[in-house]
Amino acid sequence: MSMLQIAGLNVWFGAARNRVHAVKAASFSVAEGESFGLVGESGSGKSTILRAITGLASTGSGQIEVEGQPVPARRPKPFFKTVQMVFQDPYASLHPRHSIDQVLGETLHLHGFKDIDNRVMQLLDDVGLGQKFRFRYPHQLSGGQRQRVAIARALAPEPKLLLLDEPTSALDVSVQAEILNLLADLRQNHALTYLMVSHDLSVVGHMCNRLAVMKDGEIVEIMDVSALRRMEATHPYSQHLLQASV
Amino acid sequence: MDTLLDVENLWVKFPTRQGLFDAVRGVSFSLGRERLGIVGESGSGKSMTGRAILRLIRPPGIVEADHIKLGDDNLLAKSEKEMRAVRGQRISMVMQDPKFSLNPVMTIGDQIIEAYRLHSAASKSKAHAKSLEMLRAVSIRDAERVMRAYPHEMSGGMGQRIMIAMMLIPNPEILIADEPTSALDVSVQRQVLDIMDRLVKERGMGLIFISHDLNLVADFCDRVLIMYAGRVVEVCEADKLHEATHPYTQGLLNSLPRLDMPTDRLEVLERDPAWSEVPSVSGRA
Amino acid sequence: MADQTFREWLVTDTPTSRRHAKLSALYQGWLTFRSNTMAMVGLGILLLLIVVAVAAPILSPHDPFVQDLGNRLAPLGSEGHLLGTDSLGRDILSRLIYGARITLYIVALVALIAPIAGLLVGTVSGYAGGWVDIVLMRITDIFLAFPRLVLALAFVAALGAGIENAVLAISLTAWPPYARIARAETLTIRSSDYIAAIRLQGAGAFRIITRHIWPLCISSLIVRVTLDMAGIILAAAGLGFLGLGAQPPSPEWGAMISEGRRFILDHWWVATMPGLAIFTVSLAFNLLGDGLRDVLDPKAGE
Repeated sequence: MSMLQIAGLNVWFGAARNRVHAVKAASFSVAEGESFGLVGESGSGKSTILRAITGLASTGSGQIEVEGQPVPARRPKPFFKTVQMVFQDPYASLHPRHSIDQVLGETLHLHGFKDIDNRVMQLLDDVGLGQKFRFRYPHQLSGGQRQRVAIARALAPEPKLLLLDEPTSALDVSVQAEILNLLADLRQNHALTYLMVSHDLSVVGHMCNRLAVMKDGEIVEIMDVSALRRMEATHPYSQHLLQASV
Repeated sequence: MDTLLDVENLWVKFPTRQGLFDAVRGVSFSLGRERLGIVGESGSGKSMTGRAILRLIRPPGIVEADHIKLGDDNLLAKSEKEMRAVRGQRISMVMQDPKFSLNPVMTIGDQIIEAYRLHSAASKSKAHAKSLEMLRAVSIRDAERVMRAYPHEMSGGMGQRIMIAMMLIPNPEILIADEPTSALDVSVQRQVLDIMDRLVKERGMGLIFISHDLNLVADFCDRVLIMYAGRVVEVCEADKLHEATHPYTQGLLNSLPRLDMPTDRLEVLERDPAWSEVPSVSGRA
Repeated sequence: MADQTFREWLVTDTPTSRRHAKLSALYQGWLTFRSNTMAMVGLGILLLLIVVAVAAPILSPHDPFVQDLGNRLAPLGSEGHLLGTDSLGRDILSRLIYGARITLYIVALVALIAPIAGLLVGTVSGYAGGWVDIVLMRITDIFLAFPRLVLALAFVAALGAGIENAVLAISLTAWPPYARIARAETLTIRSSDYIAAIRLQGAGAFRIITRHIWPLCISSLIVRVTLDMAGIILAAAGLGFLGLGAQPPSPEWGAMISEGRRFILDHWWVATMPGLAIFTVSLAFNLLGDGLRDVLDPKAGE
């Protein structure tokens, strides 16, 4: 069964003369348990697709289906129990005045969980942060630790589909390796489906089964990662990207 | 090879509530007419090293060194006024994000002309001609139009080329580039680096290239200093970077995912506390 | 020993409970604040003012309302009257001490009403956007367009003279700038990733505004309020001076200057002493505001 199905998605920003057509007729589907990558350069519209799925960017037209159900324009609460997102910059995605305990506790509370204390501790363990981090504030954490907290927050409602928006591009390479390993483990342990946006082909090659290459808001090619590894891109732009990243 | 810059035992310290924090600990290196890479992770002190050379560390930060010699002049002995003549004139710096380095309310042409006239008593028309020539030198095709444009009308890659053009106008001896391409897309990165490379070679300048990207540095530089916790832990020829011996360098290289060598798990860097105890390796050529 | 370990407990970066984390954060803030000497001076003056106001009956050498026409306009340092007496022979020092209560009362009331009204209007306006924003901001503009003292005068004239009405009038003219600040802050906060993240947990607008936006706006408002306090004291004094604030014989500082005005050439101290008091307290608030900005500015939190 497909976890996520997107058909003819268009997203516009701005009005009248300044209107930008950020995503043009994007269509793809992500199977349950799959890890799907969206690759492109800045401004190619890859992040916009994620924001459109979550309702953070209003869609122009097109259809988004999650688990076979069309997603209504105003996302209902249960939607966020299925779909969660991890943002690019861990320095910007945590509230500067909220401790880790508050961040996770509030998330759990909003999703109607009762045994919040136990779950907070469980989440911290899941993402490889010890209990000693529980009452710290974001400014007391390193970038990698913050991103772990952000991942714990996304995991809190026990989602099935995780949208990853360049989850490691703001981190050092050694920390990137830790976070990518963590994400791979979590996917296995929690049977998650990933939709991952990245500008780094090697990261997508490592994490994903299939990927779509985007350019100027359009998906120019969808291929298997094995094809990517064999350098068998068909579209000239994907070939160009491949050349640049090897 | 003649030495353009020689740094001996450089320390950068910041007072904190827990006492002095050493951002750079006893770094020594020299720079000839070459491309010297400084790599390390965030917090390794690589950017601080670049800034300390130009004495751009703001108080309460403290810069200490036995000497920072530019030719025969010790930069540490210079007054702030003399330093201003060094900055831009003899050593230029290109920062990570061109958006923050260009004045948003001045046209690009005016900024380049101003930068040029600050360092030489050229007439306006001569400065204009020189600016056009510089923009063409960084492969900007419609230089006339770019001269009239404002920074926000430029893309990131374009902005960075303009910055490079601006920094090279006074013909400095040394260019310090601090993550000049990190804000750019991969395909643009290459172009900007090629331009920088060509100009540096043509003019026989020394280049200090500060980056977190090992592969980029391995490709682009002649010699590499690897920094960890404020110290240089290893120095090697750039083309032999992949044969580096220090466990930190190896760890960094191995933690990168690679398209040609798929693995289930990436290698995670195990940090040995002893690395930050060993004295800094000398980066003299 | 115990003191040392308590300090360590406070500065730890691994708090063990919610309360511990809160206390630790407060203590870190206090350390930052304490390193700012001028701010500590400001805080000291204000604490002194509070002590003086609380202990007024004990501290004041005379009853501030008792007149002694035989000893009117006594100069500084005269027998039993350190700061002299006013036109009705009342002890100026005692009146200043009792006046501290009125000043604090005005300051506290305005500080409660104006920023909170501004915060509400500004954050709702900034977060909701659209026509809500337009309507609320135009109302704010209307209030901003009036000269402050004139608007306050009109209110007092309509409601009658008195401290409470003066406070109300000052508050009504003081909130629009706070609304503007809160709105501007909200606009930047609204588009940040952490607000997007909490929206993805299904949080409603009310929760986002009260739990996520307010804590970030409040710090800049507190700073702004302390910086404005001087202006508020002066506005209250101005109303008092015009006879529209505190009414005689109440020892409000502005009203005291107003009374002393008639003798300013021959008996300068009658107007000068309350003037100095206003000056000192205003300065103290300004210094405190500067220090608080260092502590509370989230950008300096790194």
